Amino acid sequence: MLRWILGGREVQSSVEKSPVLCIGEEQPKNCFTELQVLKGHFDIVRFLVQIDDFRFASAGDDGLVLVWSVETGERLQELRGHAQQITAISTFSCGDGFTSLITASSDRSLSLWDPDTGNRVQTISDLQSSVKCLLVLERLSVWLSGGEELCVWDKDFQLLCHRQKHSDTGIAALVELPKNCVAVAVDKEIVIYRLTLSSDSSVLLDEITRCSDHHDQIRALINVNDGTFASGSHAGELILWDSANFRNVAYEHILWEESQPSSQMEIRLATPKPSEMSIQHLTSNGRLILAAVGSGLYVYDIVTKAVVAYRRAAHDSNVLHTMLLSDGELMSCSEDGSVRMWEIQDLPLAAEPASAGFFGMWTFGRSSKQLGPQSKKALEIPNLRTLELTGDLIGHSGAVQMFLSFREKGLVTCSTDHLLILWKDGERQSRLRSQALFQKLEENGGL
Amino acid sequence: MTVCASAASHASLSNNTMIGSPDVVAFTKEDEYGQASQDPLDLPEEFSIPLYPLADSNPWAKTSYAKFTKDFILISEFSEQVGPQPLLTIPGDPKVCGTFDLNYFSLRIMSVDYQASFVGHPPGTGYPRLSFVEDSRVVLGDSKEGAFAYVHHFTLYDLEARGFVRPFCMAYVAADEKKIMLQFQELSLRFSQASECLKAGNRRAFAKELQRKLQDLEYTHSVLQREEGLQREAGPQCVYSAHAVEKANELANVEKSIYEHRDLLKQISAYHRRPRRDPHAVSCQKCMTECLRECEELLDKYAKLANPLGYSQRVPKGEGDEIQSDENRGEEEVDEDDDEGIKRRPSYTPQLIKAKSAKCFDKRLKTLQELCEENFYEATVELLKETERSFRGDLCYLYTRRLDKSLRRNQKIVNFLFEADLTDDVEDEAETLRPFCAVNHAIDNYMHLNPPHIVLGSEALELNGLKSQGPLGLACKAATTQELGLLGSHLDSSPSDQTLETQESSEGTKESFSSDKSGTDQTEKQESLASINTEGPDPDSDLTPEPDQNTYPERESSSEDMETTAGEDDCDTGQDQTPVSLLEVVSELEARKDGGCEVGMHSELLVPMDTACCMAQEGFLYEAADPDAVPCLSPNSTLNPSKVLVVNQEPHALHPIQDEYTVGSPCSESPPPGLELPVGVFGDAVSRSSMEDGLECTMSASTGSDRAASPLGYGGSVTLRQRKKAGQGALRFVRQYSFAVQALWCLLSGRTLVVLGADEGRVRRLVSALALFVPNPGKSGERVQPWLSCPFTLVDLHRWKLIGLQRVASPAGSSALYSLSRYSRYISILDADMKTLRCPQYRGQLLANMADHRTYIRRGSTYFLHLQSALCRLAARAFLLTFTHHLHLPVSPTEGPEAVEARRRGFLQEQLGLDEEDGQILLYLSRLIAQRYLQPANSDGCAAVPCFSFNYVTSVLYKI
Repeated sequence: MLRWILGGREVQSSVEKSPVLCIGEEQPKNCFTELQVLKGHFDIVRFLVQIDDFRFASAGDDGLVLVWSVETGERLQELRGHAQQITAISTFSCGDGFTSLITASSDRSLSLWDPDTGNRVQTISDLQSSVKCLLVLERLSVWLSGGEELCVWDKDFQLLCHRQKHSDTGIAALVELPKNCVAVAVDKEIVIYRLTLSSDSSVLLDEITRCSDHHDQIRALINVNDGTFASGSHAGELILWDSANFRNVAYEHILWEESQPSSQMEIRLATPKPSEMSIQHLTSNGRLILAAVGSGLYVYDIVTKAVVAYRRAAHDSNVLHTMLLSDGELMSCSEDGSVRMWEIQDLPLAAEPASAGFFGMWTFGRSSKQLGPQSKKALEIPNLRTLELTGDLIGHSGAVQMFLSFREKGLVTCSTDHLLILWKDGERQSRLRSQALFQKLEENGGL
Repeated sequence: MTVCASAASHASLSNNTMIGSPDVVAFTKEDEYGQASQDPLDLPEEFSIPLYPLADSNPWAKTSYAKFTKDFILISEFSEQVGPQPLLTIPGDPKVCGTFDLNYFSLRIMSVDYQASFVGHPPGTGYPRLSFVEDSRVVLGDSKEGAFAYVHHFTLYDLEARGFVRPFCMAYVAADEKKIMLQFQELSLRFSQASECLKAGNRRAFAKELQRKLQDLEYTHSVLQREEGLQREAGPQCVYSAHAVEKANELANVEKSIYEHRDLLKQISAYHRRPRRDPHAVSCQKCMTECLRECEELLDKYAKLANPLGYSQRVPKGEGDEIQSDENRGEEEVDEDDDEGIKRRPSYTPQLIKAKSAKCFDKRLKTLQELCEENFYEATVELLKETERSFRGDLCYLYTRRLDKSLRRNQKIVNFLFEADLTDDVEDEAETLRPFCAVNHAIDNYMHLNPPHIVLGSEALELNGLKSQGPLGLACKAATTQELGLLGSHLDSSPSDQTLETQESSEGTKESFSSDKSGTDQTEKQESLASINTEGPDPDSDLTPEPDQNTYPERESSSEDMETTAGEDDCDTGQDQTPVSLLEVVSELEARKDGGCEVGMHSELLVPMDTACCMAQEGFLYEAADPDAVPCLSPNSTLNPSKVLVVNQEPHALHPIQDEYTVGSPCSESPPPGLELPVGVFGDAVSRSSMEDGLECTMSASTGSDRAASPLGYGGSVTLRQRKKAGQGALRFVRQYSFAVQALWCLLSGRTLVVLGADEGRVRRLVSALALFVPNPGKSGERVQPWLSCPFTLVDLHRWKLIGLQRVASPAGSSALYSLSRYSRYISILDADMKTLRCPQYRGQLLANMADHRTYIRRGSTYFLHLQSALCRLAARAFLLTFTHHLHLPVSPTEGPEAVEARRRGFLQEQLGLDEEDGQILLYLSRLIAQRYLQPANSDGCAAVPCFSFNYVTSVLYKI
């Protein structure tokens, strides 16, 4: 594309080799025509969390937590206190409408912040291990921290219960299940605990069962709906679980097939680089599950228990975060520094055989090992649709770690380039500006 | 009507016979500005650009053979010891004056006998009067030397000087006569400020000096009185020895001196209440009130002390003896005395005054610094330096700058887009309107002394009441000293000497004290009115200057009129026996008319008709297109003293544009009219001639628009040469590159343009040329990065709208290229080496005029001005778009954003006739305006992050 500028062939050839699709500069469906670059962090920004309708917090490896206004891009508060990188952040609202922030850091401390004042309300340091994930059970007014150990805390930061070390890798993810249960992803297993609140406000944590169907480390664990939760592993296994009896409901092993089909399943499984199959992120809207698999996207319908749409090379490199918007629109961000917006569209007539070259999928039974022909069958799924790129947001110079949508107010992205970018609808902003302008004009009584 | 009245009231016409100045430039002023009937449909004055009236004359022809290299300011004094002498020049660099003979020139400018020939003790009056002379403004020339000067005469008070005044003058010396003539008003304004500043300091210093002197006198008086009392007790009651008589005489002399000095103090403190005729006489209210308070305290004090008995009673004898032996002259400040109040013994040690004071030739005269308080002096020098700076450059340059300024002042909101920041200039402007104050506290509270208020009502009564202490004290004193029988009758008349107003003219005061004014205020008022009434018109006939006279030495205001209290002697003025120059009489007459106008009862009699003005030669009246605008020749010039014109021996000096220059315009708030010159006609030559002048002055002295034209990133200090280059570069770009219009469109629609090239010089040149088109480039071009050799990020794209990027083959360069391709959707890329441009397609017509590669414009500076006007037009449209309510917001609640959007599009397309792409320019400019309006530039940057907006459009590649 820029051959005339580059003057050389090296860059261009590498660009051409990559199978990634390019939408070009004309993006009529992309409404983000205005951006604000929010500076404040001085290391990788990894987390974004929404506080309320107009505020969000960002946290990253510099140990800073910054509170921003999504409307003006103003930095409202700077929460300083952690000495090392933030490993987890969550909002915590205990019924009275007041939202505070819980952060966990590698300095083995946990803090509770008031985002209005920027004060550190509570802090616990000298934990045995650093906390990797946080789960707030607002219904019970308790919250859980998971690292190498699992702890239950109340809103006053009193330790209620404590479970010792699970494995070397520690807890990767926590998810709330009905009936006071939580699912904890530990290495290849999902451990289900039940919380029992006794009368003296102490909490008991009983292990109910262990689900160990994954063959590799679990990377993602989400609640799909009241009856189902899902997990994804490093090897590309996507498993749906029943929230009531913790049974395996469906098992999908997503493999991006290499261009030359080989006859041996074992070889095929080994061939793709693990990262290409790794499920980095899962999201769901209750009916669809969107999985970020390597640099591709995979949409699965839990009702039909079938793939809806997929794109193997949705990004140039690993997809880090995804989101399902309304009516078939989705968004993904990647290590390649871009955010892409997709739309699930019906395939034009013939089921786009070209994509078969990139894609192979096997639907496994519980323990079935089936070969090639079934992959062909997968392609004949009648309802298969396609993911069409409708726009991309290019701004970050490093991997986009996460994004957070405020609907019409805009979209925030955070990146390894230490920046946050607030993407906005230019037309809406222009309207708002005009309103503000004429309001000020009125206040001033003319020019 | 008030304008007219005040205009008339400030009018003065003077005539003077010049001594040894063959080509004194007659100066008259046109003060009739407000009287022209305004057509309501006419453009407001500030928007009109008069056509250049003399197309065939070359205003840049320089016929200067002056011995100095550039204009300078000269301060001279007419020393009573050595005669005219130069005191200092600004700038102080001796190179400036070159071989120019300052002594000779001082002689020339000081030999204008501008002030009333002042006599300290007018015959027949009781006390010496301070002459409150208004400054006079003269334009003098010495064609042999090639020097012309605006000369501003003023006087400062000095207790030791002859008549208590020291004449000084400040002169703006230039080689170009027209420059002075046409800049007269502003020169006058600025020098008036300087003069006011000096005089304010001088009054304070003078009051202090008086106070010391009074203390000395009081002390001497008490000592003498005591001695005399002792003598009288010792000697036989009925025999007056010669010694005793001598003592008594001495005592009487001291007493007289006390009265005199007290009266002087009274006069100096009354200075502030004196109505000013001088249109430029603005003063700082705070300084005024401060000084007034100080003076009143002093006055109060000495009114009480005026009873020598009281004084001597308060002073114990022993202490007096001690002090008598103490000959040290204290140097304490007056302020301390004020703080301590009247009852306290002042810290200043009084000194015995010798009966005979030293005469003028054996004493050292005070320097200018000593005459004024130090800070006032320094402030004045600063002011003059600023004046010198602001008048650098030739006339046309000054014109265009001012035209530019006055036009830009009307579009403050959009100026930031393409015009350079006006704040400096605005400050300048404000400063010229604001009285300069040395202490600089006058920013908010200043008062204009114009139009002056005649003190007739309660204020006068108050004043009277305040001063009634004086007569009381005198009466008391008279009673006590009656037994001596030595006081002259003039003391008896003193109670009636109610110096309510400042006696501004020595001539006037002479008379005022020869007559006994024992009447009440009311009668005085009536008398004064009567005198005005009867006196007003009649001197016209006999005071008309000879119409054939070629030169009318200008005297704007040589001496002040009497105020109402002294009105009755005005009747006598005409018959005054003292030799008074014709000029003075005329000006006094004028002044009296002013008084009449100010009273407001007879103004219709006194407001002169608009047609007449003094004009010596009919030959000067060429090209009088508009008979109203160009003054008519009328021998009966004094009928219209408010309309004054410049007459010169050299015909070319009479430029019709002078007509536009009102001098002494009473309303200095209004921007100086007549500064407009057609830009298109000779704008090109302006910069050229400025540059030919070798004026490589920095931006502070050049037009603001230069800044926009500058290659940016030099910290705002950009020279004219750089500006020239930018204009030329832009023109060259437009002529060379067929896709120039697309490039300009990118810049104007807010799409960052990256100029890519291997050769730094070429890239920088292109960038500085294109920087002219960057909207809102920032005060010192923050939005332009002339040369970048590292990869840029989104933040950079946001910050810079024009980037010069180095093309390198190294890996570092390839990463820069990577950023180019990565952000290609936000930028347009102009490849300086390949001569290609990659940018969205532009098909509009709006910029065709600006970027026509077949343009006939050949000069860079012409193109620059052309550009400025085009951009100005754009900015005006954007302003319209921004502030038209219904184009942005729904007019009814049912209307959706789509309807508004459609209306806006309709406005752009149908009303403004703009294409989609042209509309984008306006939308971008409008966005900038809105952002700027909502968020003034100087608000802290942390609070609000600027937005970067863009749209997703395909780029195409343009080649030559």
